[in-house]
Amino acid sequence: MTPAAEADPVLSVRDLEVSFPSEAGRVHAVRGVGFDLYPGRTLGIVGESGSGKSVTSMAVMGLLPDYAAVRGSVTLGTRELLGLDDRQMSEIRGRELGMVFQDPLAALTPIFTVGRQVVEALQIHQDLDRNAAWKRAVELLDLVGIPNAAARARSFPHEFSGGMRQRVVIAMAIANGPRVLVADEPTTALDVTVQAQILDVLQLARAETGAALILITHDLGVVAGTADDVLVMYAGRPVERAPVGELFARPRMPYTIGLLGAVPRVDSAERRPLLPITGNPPLLVDLPAGCPFEPRCPISVAECAVEEPVLTPVSPDGEHAAACIRAGHIADGRVDGAAIYPVPRAPVAPAAAIPRERRPAVLELDGVSKTFPLLKGTLLKRRVGSVYAISGVGFDIREGETLGLVGESGCGKTTTLLEVMNLRAPEQGSIRVTGVDVSDLADRRQERALRRKLQMVFQDPMGALDPRLTIFDILAEPLRAVGEANRETIGRRVDELMELVGLDPEHSDRFPTAFSGGQRQRIGIARALATNPSLVVLDEPVSALDVSIQAGIINLLNDLKAELGLSYLFVAHDLAVVRHISDRVAVMYLGRIVEIGTVDEVFDDPRHPYSHALLSAIPVTDPQVERTRERVVLRGDLPSPTDSSPGCRFVSRCPLHPALDATQRARCVAETPELTGAGGSDHLNACHFR
Amino acid sequence: MTANFPGPVPTVDLGAEPSTAEKRMTRARLSRRRLYLRRFLRSKGAVAGLVILGLLVLFALLGGEFTPYSYSDVDFAGLTAPPSPDHILGTDSAGNDTFAQAVHGLQRSLVIAVSVSALTTVISAFVGAVAAYLGGTTEKVVLGIVHFLLVVPSFLILALVSQKAGGDWRVLIVVLTVFGWMYNARVVWALATSLREREYVLAARFMGVGRVRIVLRHLIPNIGSLLVVTFTIGVVATVQGETALSFIGFGVQPPDVSLGTMLNDGADTVSSAPWLFYVPAVLVTLLTVSMALIGDGLRDALDPTSRSGGGA
Repeated sequence: MTPAAEADPVLSVRDLEVSFPSEAGRVHAVRGVGFDLYPGRTLGIVGESGSGKSVTSMAVMGLLPDYAAVRGSVTLGTRELLGLDDRQMSEIRGRELGMVFQDPLAALTPIFTVGRQVVEALQIHQDLDRNAAWKRAVELLDLVGIPNAAARARSFPHEFSGGMRQRVVIAMAIANGPRVLVADEPTTALDVTVQAQILDVLQLARAETGAALILITHDLGVVAGTADDVLVMYAGRPVERAPVGELFARPRMPYTIGLLGAVPRVDSAERRPLLPITGNPPLLVDLPAGCPFEPRCPISVAECAVEEPVLTPVSPDGEHAAACIRAGHIADGRVDGAAIYPVPRAPVAPAAAIPRERRPAVLELDGVSKTFPLLKGTLLKRRVGSVYAISGVGFDIREGETLGLVGESGCGKTTTLLEVMNLRAPEQGSIRVTGVDVSDLADRRQERALRRKLQMVFQDPMGALDPRLTIFDILAEPLRAVGEANRETIGRRVDELMELVGLDPEHSDRFPTAFSGGQRQRIGIARALATNPSLVVLDEPVSALDVSIQAGIINLLNDLKAELGLSYLFVAHDLAVVRHISDRVAVMYLGRIVEIGTVDEVFDDPRHPYSHALLSAIPVTDPQVERTRERVVLRGDLPSPTDSSPGCRFVSRCPLHPALDATQRARCVAETPELTGAGGSDHLNACHFR
Repeated sequence: MTANFPGPVPTVDLGAEPSTAEKRMTRARLSRRRLYLRRFLRSKGAVAGLVILGLLVLFALLGGEFTPYSYSDVDFAGLTAPPSPDHILGTDSAGNDTFAQAVHGLQRSLVIAVSVSALTTVISAFVGAVAAYLGGTTEKVVLGIVHFLLVVPSFLILALVSQKAGGDWRVLIVVLTVFGWMYNARVVWALATSLREREYVLAARFMGVGRVRIVLRHLIPNIGSLLVVTFTIGVVATVQGETALSFIGFGVQPPDVSLGTMLNDGADTVSSAPWLFYVPAVLVTLLTVSMALIGDGLRDALDPTSRSGGGA
């Protein structure tokens, strides 16, 4: 870290403490955070939800509510920021401190054009007349990559896609050349290909203004690619601080090691189980003495519970610091040579021994299409067009197999799931569940019999469980729905299910609110398993969970699959998770499958240009790999799904397309490519030239 | 913004997650009803409300035993007599014993108010939730009926019908119910349309749970708080509605009495014969307060996220 010696820090935070009053007592959300931020450098703050990373940034920005008690010191240059009133802070915010929020829609006012909002940001702090401000606003929008900025500046926020809105927010943040940019989860709400674009824009914005950047994120891959220094937070405290390469190569705090082990790698074909950190983060009310991570730490010793360790340097140059009394014993993810986190036993599915072709299919889709009408008119609605949600989707899932369905939002993943779950004959094509064609279902009795075989786990562990039912009733519901009435039998089955997913049956008479997110997702999984289904449809089952909890759920799903011989249809936008859990994978783009094959074939040798770009957009949790690999960054966003003209739907964004000759290009536009594979292989892709 | 400001915290601590030991529910599992009862009884206000309501009911049923007079007996020796050992709560201008009338009036009002409120709440909940869940044509037809009934001058129709029935209180219940459910049904429908999009409703549908069952198990309980409030306000509103009807000469007709008619008669003589007003007024107030307390307790007991319900 060379610049440290030369320049003075632009922002210095010392002993920052923030607490909130709550009914349960004072919540100490931030307990002693300190760091120095140097000009032109990027500090990544990583932590799980509740670790205090966002509250830290809000405290720096002076955006905490009045009831929050803030202590410590935040100095910008030479000026102390804590204790300034709102008017004084407003002078600084926007001019010296720029902020990029997570939700770009909420950060822009819907009733003004984006150009006007950038102009407003400029005129508050600079003495510019309207024309000059407008000109500058267009320049800024152009800088952050809004195509045709002069015209687009007159558009309203809702006319922009999420990624474009985030660019506008970045333009506003850098409008006055701030010295510090704070980005709070800037890409969490965005798709992975757009995330790659936004991270590039952030780096560009930082380089352009020479500002220092604080990047707050839960995604270790994002940190690996963009940050210079990393601060890992746990329970309101920094537990490890190091230059990015050092942190990923030689983590010294068991929590950091756990986090790194809990994230699946998209670039690795190896299927070792993930290393979940047991338990949950502590409540920040009346924390006991001692290390807050001690209850979850696999290598805790008696002294750990005595006093909370402070951040102490562990490397000779003092750049790497860890808050662990055993840090001296930890090297290479091991303590005194022994693995800190014991690797769980890898489950072996009995079905894996039988070749795929000889296993029966549990789900077959053939040419399934679904359109939604586009209606116009207030009183009498007439159909003015169609949204082609999915068209010609076909795949099969064999017994004991997991098919991962991936793609950006709006690509038709969820529509495909709902088409399967509805058990109704699709508009076109056919759906067969365990060999039964759903259009043959004559009555509700037959439908119910088939539902037994097909269950679903939802994305949001809060929303999928009825808050008014006890866990017992929630788990009993599918049993009752298929006609099981015996209380005794239901009671036994509920106990079994609770235990199967690693919960205590004693807790079955509580309401869902008493459980944490990960536990609720376990309940959701238990409910899906109640009727002994053959196929479980998983809709983003881990995307709402923190990484350390997510690893436990992924391992549970893998164990259950092996133990019960389940098949999964797994939908996720996190491709690393998909790679870890799937046997086969189908990549969707605008309602069509563009590539399908075994997971290693598709991930290691993507054929379709879209799959290639999608996979290369995923950040890898390894700074070395992340900074040297070649990335294909896609231009633009998803085109409109209302267009039904023939031709390849990816043509507008295809990186391959411009490289083709004229006749080939004409073919792309005129002819819809079919899913084809080389030879007899079942690795298929829908590109004319791959 | 994603600042993690403190919110409700999970209370189940499962530090050791997957356990290998064989585990079974050892103690008897608490059913939902028992849990709700437990949470309800934990609230002091709710218990107080229940006690007041209980006393009122006892008074309405057994109060007649403490007076030799019946509500229709006329004592010409004491017209508008203040409370005395003979008439503990005095008499009115016609010589009726106020105590006996209060007992009878409370009986009438309780029966009318509680049954009308209960019926309208049940009907509005079911109709609103079913319309919202089924959607499509059913929803359109039900909303059409609701909107039509809302613009009909129901008070006039009420007055006409109840007069035709000669002030029979049973007819009054039916009429008040028929014209009382629409507004609440509209509110329930609006709430239920947002609930029907919830994932747990989708989950139940994908499990093959029947439609009526989904409405009864998932939609209606989740608007429970609203229904409880509707019910308690409905009781008070019905007493008032019935009073208003009686006032313009419809509703409960003499010689029958209700708290409404008593209040109405007593209001004229608050200064000269205050007992005629204060006795029914106190009873109405007690009824209202008890309902409000019970309502609060029920709402907290039914809402698992409420802190006042305790940890159960």
